Formats: sequence, C-alpha cells, structure tokens
Amino acid sequence: MTHPAPSLLDPSIARPAVAEAFRKLHPRLMISNPVMFVTGVGALLTTLEACRAAAPERGFTLQLALWLWFTVLFANFAEAVAEGRGKAQADSLRKSRKEALARQLRGGAEEKVPAAALQKGDLVVCEARDVIPGDGEVIEGIASVDEAAITGESAPVIRESGGDRSAVTGGTKVISDRIVIRITSERGNTFLDRMIAMVEGARRQKTPNEIALTILLSALTLVFLLVCVTLKPFGLYSAMNFPVPVLVALLVCLIPTTIGGLLSAIGISGIDRLIRRNVLATSGRAVEAAGDIDVLLLDKTGTITFGNRMATEFLPAPGGSAERLADAAQLASLADETPEGRSIAILAKERYQLRGRELGGPHARFIPFTAQTRMSGVDLPTGEGRPPRSIRKGAADAVRAHVQGLGGEYPEGVARIVQEVSRAGGTPLAVSDGGEVLGVIHLKDVVKGGIRDRFAQLRRMGIRTVMITGDNPLTAAAIAAEAGVDDFMAQATPEAKLQRIRAEQEAGHLVAMTGDGTNDAPALAQADVGVAMNTGTQAAREAGNMVDLDSNPTKLIEIVEIGKQLLMTRGALTTFSIANDVAKYFAILPAMLMGTFPAIAPLNIMHLQSPSSAILSAIIFNALIIIALIPLALHGVAYRPAGALSILRRNLLIYGLGGILVPFAGIKLIDLAITTLHWV
Amino acid sequence: MQSRDWLQLLLYVAILAAITKPIGLYLVQVLDAKGRTWLDPIVSPLERLTYRILGIDPTQGQTWREYTRGMLLLSVVSCLFTYALLRLQHLLPLNPQGLGPLSPDLAFNTAVSFTTNTNWQSYGGEGTMSYLSQMLALSLHNFTSAAVGIGIAAALVRGISQHANPRLGNFWVDLVRTTYYLLLPACTLFALVLVSQGMIQNFAPYTKARLIEPMTVQVEKKNDKGETLLGTDGKPLLEAQTITEQVIAQGPMASQVAIKMLGTNGGGYANANAAHPYENPTPLSNFLQMLSIFAIGSGLTYYLGRTTGNQAHGWSVWAAMMALFVAGAVVCWGAEAGGTPGTQAMGLASADGNMEGKEVRFGIFNSALFATSTTAASCGAVNAMHDSFTPLGGLVPLFNIELGEVVVGGVGAGLYGMLVFVILAVFIAGLMVGRTPEYLGKKIGAYEVKMSMLALLILTLSILGFTAWAAASPWGIAGLNNPGPHGLSEMLYAFSSATGNNGSAFAGLTTNTPWYNVTLGIAMLVGRFLMIVPIMAIAGSLAMKRLAPASAGTFPVSGGTFILLLIGTVVLIGALNFLPALALGPVVEHFLAGQGRLY
Repeated sequence: MTHPAPSLLDPSIARPAVAEAFRKLHPRLMISNPVMFVTGVGALLTTLEACRAAAPERGFTLQLALWLWFTVLFANFAEAVAEGRGKAQADSLRKSRKEALARQLRGGAEEKVPAAALQKGDLVVCEARDVIPGDGEVIEGIASVDEAAITGESAPVIRESGGDRSAVTGGTKVISDRIVIRITSERGNTFLDRMIAMVEGARRQKTPNEIALTILLSALTLVFLLVCVTLKPFGLYSAMNFPVPVLVALLVCLIPTTIGGLLSAIGISGIDRLIRRNVLATSGRAVEAAGDIDVLLLDKTGTITFGNRMATEFLPAPGGSAERLADAAQLASLADETPEGRSIAILAKERYQLRGRELGGPHARFIPFTAQTRMSGVDLPTGEGRPPRSIRKGAADAVRAHVQGLGGEYPEGVARIVQEVSRAGGTPLAVSDGGEVLGVIHLKDVVKGGIRDRFAQLRRMGIRTVMITGDNPLTAAAIAAEAGVDDFMAQATPEAKLQRIRAEQEAGHLVAMTGDGTNDAPALAQADVGVAMNTGTQAAREAGNMVDLDSNPTKLIEIVEIGKQLLMTRGALTTFSIANDVAKYFAILPAMLMGTFPAIAPLNIMHLQSPSSAILSAIIFNALIIIALIPLALHGVAYRPAGALSILRRNLLIYGLGGILVPFAGIKLIDLAITTLHWV
Repeated sequence: MQSRDWLQLLLYVAILAAITKPIGLYLVQVLDAKGRTWLDPIVSPLERLTYRILGIDPTQGQTWREYTRGMLLLSVVSCLFTYALLRLQHLLPLNPQGLGPLSPDLAFNTAVSFTTNTNWQSYGGEGTMSYLSQMLALSLHNFTSAAVGIGIAAALVRGISQHANPRLGNFWVDLVRTTYYLLLPACTLFALVLVSQGMIQNFAPYTKARLIEPMTVQVEKKNDKGETLLGTDGKPLLEAQTITEQVIAQGPMASQVAIKMLGTNGGGYANANAAHPYENPTPLSNFLQMLSIFAIGSGLTYYLGRTTGNQAHGWSVWAAMMALFVAGAVVCWGAEAGGTPGTQAMGLASADGNMEGKEVRFGIFNSALFATSTTAASCGAVNAMHDSFTPLGGLVPLFNIELGEVVVGGVGAGLYGMLVFVILAVFIAGLMVGRTPEYLGKKIGAYEVKMSMLALLILTLSILGFTAWAAASPWGIAGLNNPGPHGLSEMLYAFSSATGNNGSAFAGLTTNTPWYNVTLGIAMLVGRFLMIVPIMAIAGSLAMKRLAPASAGTFPVSGGTFILLLIGTVVLIGALNFLPALALGPVVEHFLAGQGRLY
C-alpha cells in the first residue's frame, strides 16, 4: 500500500518550515551548500551597502538586498518542507514505539524488564495483545502478528520459528498464540529507529552523484565569481564604476541558485517517495543505484506469476467429451481446498456452467492427496439409479498405474496430450472414472496480467529482466516466453543466483534482486540493489539495502523508477538553472552598460523599463523561480518508461530550451509589474 | 558573399570530411606501438635505434602519472634548451645577418611560447631570429609540442576505451612514433608541395632589391651619436628620407611552414606570417595551408571513434566541430563583407567590405576563412590582420579561442579540450535520462567532474584574470595603441590567445615589454600544462573503470541530439564565461561603430 503525500500547503508542515528557513541561515549550516552560501554573503554585502548608500540609491539597493535574502530563505524553505514531510511521517511511526515492558526469559523464568533495557541476544516471550519489544527472530512457536504500525496493512501476518517467516519487528503487535523471540538489534538501531532516522533525514549523507553535482555547481559558482570580480576592472577601464550591489546581483543571477537551492530537497523527497510506497532504504546511495540498474533478477513466484498453478483447460481423451471430463474433475475437486483444486471447480463452472452440487449424499468419501499415491479424488456410492463411481485425478503416471491396476486401458492419445501439456510448460493432471481415463486437466502457472507490458517497458528503458525459478528448464522456458522476460534461470539454487549476479556485475551491469529467505542473503548482499521482503528472515533483511514492508516483489520496478526520477529531477533542474543565465545576461548586461554606452540599447531585447527595473526584475525572477519549482523538486519530474534518447530529447526540450525561454517572459512580466507598482 | 566563395567553403568542408577517415586510420596505426604502416621498412630500424639510444622499453605501459611526468620532463628540458639558444644565438653559427641575443624576458616568452605549441611572437622573425634559432630551437618545438598534444589526446582516448587497465601507453613511444611516422614524413611532403608553389627554402643572406618607384618617409632626426633630436615642443624632430632599396628576407621557409601548419603551431617565419608573399605564394598554397590546419585534428576524431569502438560518436564529435566552425566562418565573413559604416559613409569601396589589414591577393572570404580556422584550431598563423577586422568579424576569432579551441582545435589539444566538454555535457544531460552519467560505458563521477571543471576554471581564470590585471595596471595600458573598447579587445585577445595556446594576435598591442612577455608567458604555461594535468588525471581515472555495456537506457553519444547538446554546451559555457568581457570589448565597439565612432 502507499501513503498519500501531504498537500504542499499543509499548514502543519509549511508553518514550522518557515521558522526552520530562518534557523538554517546559520553559517555553519549554510556552508554545506556553497551556492547558497555565496548568495548569503552577497545578500549581506548588499545589505551593508544599502545602509551606507545615499537616499536615491538606498531604496533600490535595499530592495535588492531584500530579494537576495528571499532567495536564500526560499531555498532553506524548500529544504525545510522536504524535511517536514518526512518528519510528519516519522512522528506517526514514533507513536508506535511506546515504552513497553518486555517479558524477558532468564534461565527459563519470566521477568518484566523495560523494553529499552533489552540487549542483543536476549530472549523474550510475547503472547496475544503484547507489543513486540524489539527486532528479533522467532525461535519458538507460531503467532499471527499485526504489523499495521509499520506497513499500514491491517491484515495480520503469520510469524513462525524456522523457515523464511521468522523475523519480527519491534513495535508490532501479537494477536494470537505465543512466541519466543531472540532480540537481534539493540535499542536505537532497530528497524523502526532506522526508519525514523531515514525519514527525518537525520543521518542523511550526500550520495556520490549529489557530491559530483555539488562539485559542478561550486565550480560554476567560482567561475561566475571570477567573471563578476574581473568585471570591476574592465568597467573601470571603460570609465564605468559598477556598484557592488549590481555586481552581486549579476553574480547571484548567474550562479546556479535554482538547483543549488533545491538540491537537498530533491534528495530528501526521493527517499520520502520510497517510504510512501512502504520501501525502506538503508541509504540514499541505494536509491540512486536503483536508477542505474540494468539487470533485474525477479523470482517467478509471486512476481511474474500468481503463486499457484491454475486449471486453464480440459483436454478430453480421444473420443471423449470435454463436458464429462469437466464434470468428473469438478466432482473430484469439490472437497479439495488447495488453490489448484479450487481453480478446477471454478473453471468447470465458467466453461460448462457446472455448479457445485450436493455430493451424492453423506456417503461420498473423499480421497485426499498424499505424497505416496500422488492422486486425490472421490468415491460416490450408488444412488438415484447411478452406479457407484470412483473418480481420481493426479499425476499422469500415478493415474496410469491406478487405471491399469483396475484392468482398464491408458489410451495412447492421453499420453500424447500429457506430453504436449508438459512441453508447453504446464502441469498435466489426468482424470479417471473407474477404469476409464477421461482426459487431462491443463494446470498452468498463470502469468500476472499486464506483466508482459511491464517488461516491455523495462526493455525500452534498457533494463533486462531475468526470471529465477526452481522449475525445470522446459517449464521455465515456457513461462519465460509467455511473460516476455529476457532470460531465465531454471532450477536456480542460492549459489547459482550468487554466481549469476557476480557474472553480470563482472560484465559491467548493475543488478537488482528481491529475496526473502536466509539462503537469499548472500545474493542480496552481492546485488547492487537488494530488496528484502519484510516477511523474510532477519538475515535477508540485514543483507539487502532496502526492505519492502509490503513484501511485494513487483515493487522492485517502482523502486527503479523512483531512482531514475531522482536523478532526472536533478539533471533537469541543473539544465534549467544554467539555461536561465542567457536571459539574465540579456536583462542585466545592457542595464549595466546603458549609462555609458547608450548605443547598445538594441541589446535590451526585452525592452525593460530602466536599468534598475531590469536588474531588480532579474533578481526577483531568480528568487521566485525557486518557490515555483519546489513542487517539481518534491514530486520529481514526470517519468515515462522510454529509451534514453527519447527521454533526453523530451527533457532537453522542456528544461533546456524552456530554461532559455521562460526567464525572458518571466523577467519581462516582473518588470511590467514592478514599474506599474512604482517600486523603482 | 558571392557564390564562388560559398562553393569554396563547401569544397573546404567536403575535402576535410574526405581526408578524415584515411588520416584517422593512419593515426590508429601510428599511435599503436605495434601498429603497421607502409613506412615501416624505412622508419622501423630508425625507431628501434632511437629506443635503444634513449633506453626506452617500447612495450612498457605507463600510468597517467608516469606519462605526465615524461611529458613535463621533455617540456622543461626543451624549454630551457631553447631559452639558452636564444640568449646565445649571436655566438652560434648560421647567423649570416649577425643578429644579437634576445632579451631575457623575450627569450623566456619565446621559449615558453614554442614549448606550449602557442607560437605567440612578441618579435618579428626576420629581424630577430638567426637561421639556427629558427631551425633548431623553434622548429624542434614545432615538432615536439605537436607530438605531445597528439600523445595526450591518445592517452585520454585509451583511458576512455580501456577496461580497468591503468596503463595509458608510453609517452616516449608516442612521441617518437608520432614524429617519425606522422609529422616528419607529412611535413617533408607538404614542404615540397609548398616549394612547388614558390615558397623559398635556402640559407642565403637577405637580398636587396631596388625599388621601381622610390618612396619618401618621415623618420626621426638623429645626431651623430645616434640620439634622437628633440624640437622645442619636446617632440622628436622629423626629416624626410627617400628609400630606394628594400631588404628581402631569405631562409629555410618551406620546412618551417609545413610543420607550423600541420602541427597547428602558427609561428610565422616572417613577421607578416601567411600574408607574406613568400610564406603564402598562391591561392592554392593558401587553400592547402588552411586544410593542413585541420588535417590531423580532424583525423583524431576518427581515431576517437575507431579506438572506442563507436565510430558514430567520432563522427558526431566531428560534426559538432564542423557546425561550430562553419557558423563562425559565416558570421566572420558576413561581418567583413558588410564592411564598416564609417568607410561606407565615405563611399569607399563598400561593395568589397572591410579590406583594411587584408592581403589583396586573398580578399575578404579567404581572410575570414583563414582567421576562423586558425583560431578554431590553436594554430595562430594569420594571413590578415585580425586587429583590423570589424568588431564582429574580430569577435569570431576571439570567441573561438575562448571556447577553448575545441572546434577541431590544435593537434590533440582540440580533441582533449572537446572531450572535457563532452564529459560535462554527458554529466549534466546524462542525469536527465535517469542514470548515473555514463560516457562510452564509463561512469562519470565526482573526480571526473572535479578535474573537468578545474580545467575550465583555469582557462577562465587565466584569460579574465590577466586581462583584468592588464586593464587596471599601467604596464598593461602602456602597450595599447588603440583606446576604448578596441584596446580592451586587444588585451583580451592577447591573453586569450596565450592561454589558449593559439599565438595569433590583435597586433595593435605592443607586447614586447617585460610585463607582457612575462605575464603572457605565464598564461601560456598555465593554459597548456594546468590543462593537461587534470585531463591526464581524468584519463587515469577513466582507465581504471570498468566498461559498462550499452543498452537502450544508455546515454546516446551520437546522432543529432547529442551533436546539438554538445554544441549547446560549448557555446553556452563559453558565452556565459566571457559575455561580460566581450560585451565591453567587441560588442560595444560594434554598436559605437554603427554610430560612426571608430577606434
């Protein structure tokens, strides 16, 4: 499930963010963002100049200073809003972390201790209505657990010792039965703690890509600083003494304040978007890596197919009727509660309008499936003029032995059908009535609807999908072909998975996979993005770098999209920010030179009213664009699965060309507004 | 702008396109220590002998640090050698004119200038350099500095194409092979072609010719001791002098010119450079010289494509370069053909455009085309006075240099400069496709971005920093012969040319002063070596990385979108860095010229 994002104007977030924006003016916090730091210093310089300036200049300089401060504050506000949205979610998580008493087992005796005092390795007991005191592993018993606190999912889940469903999370609640848990992480480092820290951005570190971008932006800032500083002597040579505030205005317009101001908000909101989809990443780096993935290893079961095989066809023996086969199959399956059995009854109903009937009275005897007989069925006594019936369904060779044992014949045609079904990747189930073979039920792994399109999308994005399955190669190939995956691994063992990941990485690919069992842990750790299912073992959850609280393997595809969207948003805003400079030059340079060289008037292509209004308009545009782009930074740029070339074209057009054109219109409009309002 | 000129432009680009592949294929062999060429039977023994004498193991690959160290060692030693030779030329042979030694600052400036492939000349060749100085000191650098550029470009390309292998080839092998297999044979051939066009190649003393029409000039009056006599107003007294003879310089010109053009050095044998009748005798020699500026640089783009296994990428880089070149040439040509409002007002031959400072034999189009190509590449040879171009016509060569001379560019230097822009373009736009930016399978990380931006920052710092100093200091202003915006353009051009290792000049500036010689010398050193070191660091870092296989999600580095992106990045970054300075120089001058004010 996903949590809806709060509205941007949600006062509970916006109001504290305003205060936070001012608090972030502290130089120690500002220095981590060189672009905004330079802007801040410029604002300070301009303010000082405004204090010294004489009356006619003062008003203009003061307005400049004000808008420069706004630029810094808007950037701080953007970051604060992003953090605030995370905090709101963290608070709701924190509520579930009530101080509880734990029932610790010491030498067989139970003892009540505060949950906070629990150490790694301690054993605790939980019974119905107990809150599980910390992350751990079930070592004894089985219980149903309500994990709504962290997943938002109200249906309880089963947790039991051994196997792949042994991990429990602190803060969740046992609703039935009794389990003994070994605590696996200490207070402060539990799943919930990490989740809260992640959401709040408390442990946020710059990701590799963010670092590279920060270097680029800082270097650009240095270049423009150089441009503006040298403009002073160039001006003096040309008999023009450019005032400091004007040079500062030019500098702030040129340096990439738009992306500089929104960079951290983009990063925070990327993680926030993941968490809203109930995925917890251990680091921002993992989210970024998700965007780079080009090989996806997907488990067949649950991701590509519905977990169970289903009946899809009734294939009568030569000369027999499909309806009779369906009828017998349905009778044999009525008491069969397995998904396969139910699917047979349903198919019979859908295809032949056969309703579930009262079964020949109370004497009907059901033959359950056993590993020895590999058959199930029903024996019906005589009644209403019918002879007694003995219907069986099961593996083809078991039914053959059964029929031949009764002196019946196993027709050649049926054997052929059985072979065909196997070859198509299905499971054949033969049905017999007494000594007669009626035909074959085609059981099949049913591929999820729409998954084929999803893989086609991934292929267009340059991502290769590999299906992992324990099936034999024949079955695997058939399902792979139907689902449209690019490759498959049949009879996959954990070692084979690990090998495969290593081989792909050796060839330069970045690999993502999902897993839940303990034996998946090495592969999860090796993969560039390893998404552990929340229902999985603690080992798996520790090994991966993300945990999906919904335990939905398909989520991997969404994670990749979020990673890509994060990088795209950064690139788009950087391009936009740099492209904006063209228009700003056309606003400010003519304004600076017009006084001494009126001849250059034709360069004022926007026909801005006066030099002061031109400079002020550019600065105001520069500040307002940050506010205008906060929603884009928080939601990410629109993402469509497509090849790199078409995405590039589209984004270059919108953010590159758009970035050149938009400020021309924006600055002109602001110029009209402020001259009408007589600000200058 | 006549149709025959358009035809020539078309022919020029078409021939360049045609020679790119063969030259590129030849370069692939030359830049591979095990490569095979048809010169092997003659040159191979010589090559092996050289390795034996120098103690080089040609199979030994070098890391980027070792490679760079070798390059720096060669540069330092050869620079000192040249400095010594220029200071001592009066004591050395092959000096029939008995020319004296160069001053320390001029010798420094010249030694640095030729070491860095700049060939900025604060002196006039005929009146300063002995034949030995020309042939040994300057010519040596013309070869080695060109070979160094090609070697660095090759090392970077190897770094891009290699899979997790830190060895970038061997600097000494690249140097020897480039010189022996490429530059020496090509220059020999080209020199012969130039001689066939009438270019001189001799050791004769300068000859005197009697003027058919004696002319009278005003010269300063001097007393017996050679001191200038001053009048009552404190100004020198002038007297009329009738000139009946002219000294015509001689010397080994064709051999110098061949490498000057092919190695994009640009340092003229004569002061008038390629405008001199000996140094550029015919229209054909002019056309061939223009072609030779781009020949190797153009071939290197093919080498890039071939070596990285992505020929479409090589051609895309070539196409971006050509588009930038043609755009510049057309603007420059248009501006020159349009002439100046001032001359038009006087009714002076407005149909012919601005002929001031141009050789009548070449005319507007060939002067504009030569100026554009010599600055697009870091050649710097000139066949017209750039200083006399119209403001916008002069803006094109200046802007070309400030873009980093990446439009084909200097041999090697153009390619490695362009690849810095490619890396920046791929980084910014690469993010927009939703993956960590990737260039030809190599991830572009913080280190590559840092080094690329460092190179860019150094370029900007040197050009703007030194020009600002010149504009604000008495030493800088002292060199000016023209006031106002044009004076600023001259200073800006000088430091752009030095930093960009171009060597051409807005020659209205007197730069043979200690201050200019030293600052320009530093700018040349900065522009050459502080560019090369970060670029080699990028090569080393990329070389260590794994090659990721391409997929539909990979950033496309070929095709129309990429070409436009690359052009956009180059122009945008160049424009954003230099627009204010250019606005105060050529742009203001242009608008003032429209009002009839000339500088």
